[in-house]
Amino acid sequence: MVESVVLWRRLVGAQVRSQLQYRASFALDLGGSFLISFIDFLAVLVIFHNVPRLGVWSVREVALLYALSSISFALTDLLIGHLDQFPQKIRDGNFDILLVRPRGSLFQVVASDFQLRKLGKAAQGTFVLVYALTALQLDWTPGRIALVIVTIPAGIVIFASVWVTGACLAFWTTDGGEFTNAFTYGGNFMAQYPIDIYASWLRRFLCYLVPIGFVTYFPALYLLDRPDPLGLPRFLEFSSPAVALAVAVLTGIVWRGAVRHYRSAGG
Amino acid sequence: MRLDWEIAKRGWRRYAAYPWATAAGVFTNTIFGFLQAYILLAVFRHRAHVGSYDATDTVTYVWLAQALIMTVYVFGWQELALRIRDGSIATDLSRPLDPQRYWLAFDLGRAPFHLLFRGVLPFVLGGLVFQLHYPSPLDAVAFAFSLALAVVVSLGFRFLYNAAAFWILDIRGVMTVAITVNLFFSGMVLPLGFLPHGLETVARALPFAAILQTPIDVWLGKYHGPDLAGVIALQASWAIVLLWLGRLALRGGSRRLVVQGG
Repeated sequence: MVESVVLWRRLVGAQVRSQLQYRASFALDLGGSFLISFIDFLAVLVIFHNVPRLGVWSVREVALLYALSSISFALTDLLIGHLDQFPQKIRDGNFDILLVRPRGSLFQVVASDFQLRKLGKAAQGTFVLVYALTALQLDWTPGRIALVIVTIPAGIVIFASVWVTGACLAFWTTDGGEFTNAFTYGGNFMAQYPIDIYASWLRRFLCYLVPIGFVTYFPALYLLDRPDPLGLPRFLEFSSPAVALAVAVLTGIVWRGAVRHYRSAGG
Repeated sequence: MRLDWEIAKRGWRRYAAYPWATAAGVFTNTIFGFLQAYILLAVFRHRAHVGSYDATDTVTYVWLAQALIMTVYVFGWQELALRIRDGSIATDLSRPLDPQRYWLAFDLGRAPFHLLFRGVLPFVLGGLVFQLHYPSPLDAVAFAFSLALAVVVSLGFRFLYNAAAFWILDIRGVMTVAITVNLFFSGMVLPLGFLPHGLETVARALPFAAILQTPIDVWLGKYHGPDLAGVIALQASWAIVLLWLGRLALRGGSRRLVVQGG
């Protein structure tokens, strides 16, 4: 485990150094992605230009949801977003190369790319988070502090698990990669808004079965000290880390099963 | 004309070759349609109208936007830029066929494929769950015209930012800005009527509105008689202006084109 982390740092470090070779171009890329992700938040502000509340939620509260989801999602994208190109590896048979090396195949796929410029998006999320937390004037009890600290890592694990599970589809169909987008990009979009505004069938499917609701909604209920408009049990507010752990284990099993199914493109 | 038809057929076939990608796209657009529809419906719990839109108009807007997302191609397109970068454009320029005409014909073959196979199903699925607005026969005909023009405006814009590759090596930054501005000001993120008044005025004065907002407004029957003719004429003007700018860029760019290597 420790050895893997060391190896990951060396592999990623090399890529980061190469991306920093052209400083000006990198700075432009980073600044650009920081500014452009505000268009996304502009949509939230435009909605609240038309209404004071979305359901029972104020703009500050939705800003909190938006920020938590955006940060988790941007960091997941930074770590494993290149899984979107994974079907290509299957199609051209390059996945074979990973299987003969003495490291886990998932580890190698994850460590194969790292685009530092994606930090721009996470920085934008952090900006909104600071705004939301300042404007909300929360009472910082130890419980709240602990929850804020674990929420983002749990969100990353949930998004990453969804992404990896989706990538497994590539073992069966190499041009159906866009199915995953509905759950990754769609999941981020969904978690940026309070889930009680969606229809119950959609919530059952995308918030509990695919546990997107645990990325922002349940932790936010605790942070805001708000009774759940859906009337669900209160322990859910603390269960994001446990849910994250469970889906991560499940994802590991799915990945291993999928790799076993793999037949090389050959040729 | 015969030639354009042949090129258009290739545009259709290129995308018809990946049925699973089409199915996956339909699924994703449908999920996004549901999310966006419920988010915007929550706005109408507090008020009956936003600008000239009621809840039915807005939900119809959401589903049309998802249905047309590929037809009007608001996401990244860089085929021309890649040909400029790797030097293939030199071959294209030496052919007795203008590259702009080629890509326009290709795109007019691609768009009907995306309309039929990426557009119809999400809209029908949305229509099963929500009450949607369906156009009068006259509006439907006008919508068809408006949509065709929207595709030309979109291609005109994409051709233009791709032509930036004549001057800079990596157009990734330019493309990201172009896509983002287009997503927002075309009305893909939110209907333009939701914007604060000043911003809405700016958005309606830009060519991007002709790519999505205008055809959807035509579908929703927001224009009648002379207004309808006027708004379609405006789209046609944007199409001509953008194609003309693309032509200038192509001429200026090919004059300074240097193909490296050998």
